[in-house]
Amino acid sequence: MTRPAALQVTTPTDRELMMTRVFDAPPGMVFDALTTPDLMKRWLLGPPGWTMPVCEVDLRVGGKYRYVWQKADGRKMGMGGTFKEIVPPSRIVATEMYEDYWTGGETLVTTELVETRGKTTLRTTVRYASREARDAAIQMGATKGLEASYDRLEELLKA
Amino acid sequence: MKPSGYALDATFAALADPTRRAILARLADGEATVTELATPFDMSQPAISKHLKVLERAGLITRSRDAQRRPRKLEPRPLADATDWIERYRRIWETNFKRLDAVLQELKNKQKKAVDALLEDVKPKPKKRRFK
Repeated sequence: MTRPAALQVTTPTDRELMMTRVFDAPPGMVFDALTTPDLMKRWLLGPPGWTMPVCEVDLRVGGKYRYVWQKADGRKMGMGGTFKEIVPPSRIVATEMYEDYWTGGETLVTTELVETRGKTTLRTTVRYASREARDAAIQMGATKGLEASYDRLEELLKA
Repeated sequence: MKPSGYALDATFAALADPTRRAILARLADGEATVTELATPFDMSQPAISKHLKVLERAGLITRSRDAQRRPRKLEPRPLADATDWIERYRRIWETNFKRLDAVLQELKNKQKKAVDALLEDVKPKPKKRRFK
């Protein structure tokens, strides 16, 4: 039996966050699911309770994309950016910027898909423009108790 | 507590190295001497000491009072801000990716059905022949 590899999140440099996850599907299929609005609206939703009423993707170099998420209480969050590189089915580079609150500017998101025996390793690297931008992202959510973080520390360190 | 940028820089620089992450993971289980820390790695003690210095400067580890053994121990607080942020990020994407698994499974099923239908079409049909 194959169990999908757990999501790993690491910080390769002081301004980058890297996510790695294996999917049990070929890269072409994963690439489609990452870039086709009808499919994206079904999974790119974040925490429970949010929907994605706007998902526009102009999938070409220089093309723009825009996402808006909405909660039942009316709260909205928008995000958008520009595609810098598109190499189906193995690579996407795009800028990313949130609309509603300051996050210190644009981040550059590099998405890489690598095939291994019919499965796809998806690696996403988020690069913050500056230390200030990264710190703003860190401060966006409330800091949880030390204990909760400490409990997960081991898992993080072993990643 | 508001995380200070410079402190976080040191934290991230420390976490960027797999050996240093492994050292911190080991220290999360309890304090250890340099010799004990060097044992699982194929590294000289000076090389390990170098990593320990980086971790010490970042405030991630300290030396215990025991002057003879000078064991290192983990200082969890500076890591808390960084791990908290990473954890929040991880939780959101874990949820997203589970849903993506389901979408991909559905795409695979659809593809299989289409391929099966196609194979059915090209399969030679049994011809009715009358033999005399």
